[in-house]
Amino acid sequence: MHPVLQTVLGRLGLGLATLFVVSLIIFSAIEMLPGDFGQAILGQAATEETVAAFRRELGLDEPPYVRYLQWVGGAIQGDLGTSFSGRNASGTDRSREVIDLIAPRLWNTLFLASVTAIIAVPVSLFLGITSALYRNSVYDRTINTTTLTTISFPEFFVAYILILLLASLYPIFPSLANVDASTPLSERLYRSALPAFTLTLVIVAHMMRMTRAAIINLLASPYIQMARLSGASQTEVILKHALPNAWAPIATVIAFNLAYLVVGVVVVEVVFVYPGVGQLMVDAVTSRDIPVVQGCALIFAVTYILLNLIADIIGIITNPRLLHPK
Amino acid sequence: MSSKNQKADPLIQINNLKIEGFSDEQWHPIIKGVNLTLKRGQVMGLIGESGAGKSTLGLAAMGYTQPGCRITDGEIIFDGTDLAQLNDSAKQQYWGNRMTYVAQSAAASFNPAHRLIDQTTASAIRFKIKNESDAKKDAKRLYEALNLPNPESIGDRYPHQVSGGQLQRVMTAMAMSPRPDLIVFDEPTTALDVTTQVEVLTAMKSIVEEFNTAAIYITHDLAVVAQMADVIKVLRYGNEIEEAETRKMLTAPEQDYTKSLWSVRSLEKKPAKVQEPILEIQNIDAAYGKFKVLHDVNISVPRGSTVAVVGESGSGKSTTARVITGLLPQLAGEIKFDGQILPKRLEDRTKEQKRIIQMIYQMADTAMNPRQTVREIIGRPLEFYLNLKGREKEKRILELLDMIELDDQFIDRLPSELSGGQKQRICIARALAANPKFIICDEVTSALDQIVQEGILKLLMRLQKELNLTYLFITHDISTVRAISDEVVVMNLGEVVEQGLKADVFSPPHPDYTELLLSSVPEMDPDWLKNLNERRNS
Repeated sequence: MHPVLQTVLGRLGLGLATLFVVSLIIFSAIEMLPGDFGQAILGQAATEETVAAFRRELGLDEPPYVRYLQWVGGAIQGDLGTSFSGRNASGTDRSREVIDLIAPRLWNTLFLASVTAIIAVPVSLFLGITSALYRNSVYDRTINTTTLTTISFPEFFVAYILILLLASLYPIFPSLANVDASTPLSERLYRSALPAFTLTLVIVAHMMRMTRAAIINLLASPYIQMARLSGASQTEVILKHALPNAWAPIATVIAFNLAYLVVGVVVVEVVFVYPGVGQLMVDAVTSRDIPVVQGCALIFAVTYILLNLIADIIGIITNPRLLHPK
Repeated sequence: MSSKNQKADPLIQINNLKIEGFSDEQWHPIIKGVNLTLKRGQVMGLIGESGAGKSTLGLAAMGYTQPGCRITDGEIIFDGTDLAQLNDSAKQQYWGNRMTYVAQSAAASFNPAHRLIDQTTASAIRFKIKNESDAKKDAKRLYEALNLPNPESIGDRYPHQVSGGQLQRVMTAMAMSPRPDLIVFDEPTTALDVTTQVEVLTAMKSIVEEFNTAAIYITHDLAVVAQMADVIKVLRYGNEIEEAETRKMLTAPEQDYTKSLWSVRSLEKKPAKVQEPILEIQNIDAAYGKFKVLHDVNISVPRGSTVAVVGESGSGKSTTARVITGLLPQLAGEIKFDGQILPKRLEDRTKEQKRIIQMIYQMADTAMNPRQTVREIIGRPLEFYLNLKGREKEKRILELLDMIELDDQFIDRLPSELSGGQKQRICIARALAANPKFIICDEVTSALDQIVQEGILKLLMRLQKELNLTYLFITHDISTVRAISDEVVVMNLGEVVEQGLKADVFSPPHPDYTELLLSSVPEMDPDWLKNLNERRNS
């Protein structure tokens, strides 16, 4: 077996192990949350027997390890359980499957993340490479200052400024990004424009500066001096000699930011009333809807692990020492 | 200009060149007004110690200055054009086209991401000197001329897949590929083992002769430059000391500084009285993980003597030191010190057993904590081993500084405020602070200039006599061995090839490997390389 394949499989295994540990942490963290769902739904007036009966119905009276195994066993088969909300003690059950709750929201989140990534990643790479190319020039300083400024403001502030400029003063885009499953693609893109723009401003600085730093870091290498002394132009030095050796750190920071787009954008969702998975999770925590919270947390964990795994693999296949062993 | 006298024209004419470098917030002169004339097909050796400005001058001949350096005055006229007046994009038309560069560390100077053949041919293709397939064909021919194994396929490899000596030859092929008028060789064999150096030197010399290329050969090694150069220029602190034709320069240098460079190797040690062994290494096997590096090593070190361990990289000489100190526990065999068997692992040794064996390293820089003053560096073993505190400790530190010929004011300095030689002296003082009986010196002079080396070696010899110390002196440098050792151990591929008195090891008959090693050490004779290759080929 090719050693790269071996390493990749090894990383996959490690990823699964990480996921297992994370699932344990999620479960026990939620186990430790204060308050009781049964009590919260039924109210202070409920008798102890009613609460106990309700808990039994939800399976909350089982010991933690049984519930953990049931949950993980279900999750492996794509079943994240049934939401607690919508149930009540009166007997009629209007609760929904967690997966049905999360799926449309997750789709929205992934849509927004992809739109943002499609803009932000090429822009960051372009800005990072060109600012390395024209290091210490006015261009470089302008780019650095601008991106640093946008990353320094809180997201909601950037969001409101954009609403003020592009929705209120110059009404180009809508300030509300309320989409649902029936929204056609073009309309969806139009409504998601401001949130995507906000997120782009938030993540570009990090990726762009890392790209610039990774390339500049390599410019001091003897092989760069050698390339210059072989007559390579500045552009060729950066693109052909520095960049191929800089992919590993760049991929890592891109993965980190893409993961953030999926798991960390609840503030932006709230500002634009965008129905993403972040809002869903916050709501679920408020109403102590444990299966939904667990489901969201697990999906976030998978996103993080998957993206970092991809960054890792990019790091491996762009390293000739690993790709072409002795 | 008529075409008739074009041949006699110099290829490069450097006039009154001045270069400054930026450090510590100000500009310092590096080259202080040097002239240089190189004719077509001529090879000039630039020699000098570190800080002489030889690399800076060599690169300046290509019109290149390193980042943080600037040309402040003078002309660099290459074939009628003053390179000092051109901007970078104009100079790019010369680099890799009419002039090429061979760097010291081939391993660091090849881009790890590209195949060797693509890097070899990049310049020739870029400047349309050859088309891609011709350039590749030519590269393979050059690989063959440079005696590289598998010249047809070696170019398909990546830099990390071939050895250092092979890479250095590939880099020479790369420099030759566009058929330049000038090649600048910047210490191209310094990082190589002597036996490899011979091959690389032979290859470079023959190819430069074949294409009648002019070259500037930068080195600190006189014997090497004697093989390569037609003329030699000696530099010091950015000034020219003198320039002369190679034979004349070797036999009759005019300046005192040049003479002092030539005479460094005159150091000679009086043989020590043969005493009973203080250290005996018996049947040692050792490995890093599964990779076995020492095979049945036996070495015996007589008290009060210097035993030199010589060998090339990978011979296991530093591993032997690690086993003696307990840093790498051996798999088999034992180490006796003063008749006592030493525990394998450092953790199992008593403080006393640790105290009597001390070590001095090659890189004094990295062997000292950069945040500690000399007082803390030397004071620590005094406190740890001898429980000295306060005034007693201070007194002893000053005594030790006196022993290593540094005065009291050094006590508050940080390592960054010391020169290379001074750093190594502090490391010696730190080893001495423990009152050891036995000191392992691991390549202690190989990072230093020759004149500084001589000072350190003299100091070590004096201390040996005064304190009755025993040294195990690990080195790859045969001339150091000749200068300071009583006995010599030759190691190769983890085995001891031979051990004996210096006079015996250095006089024939030799085992094959010793013969190869000794005959590969360059001598100050311009015909040495030619004669050696004739002898080896016959």
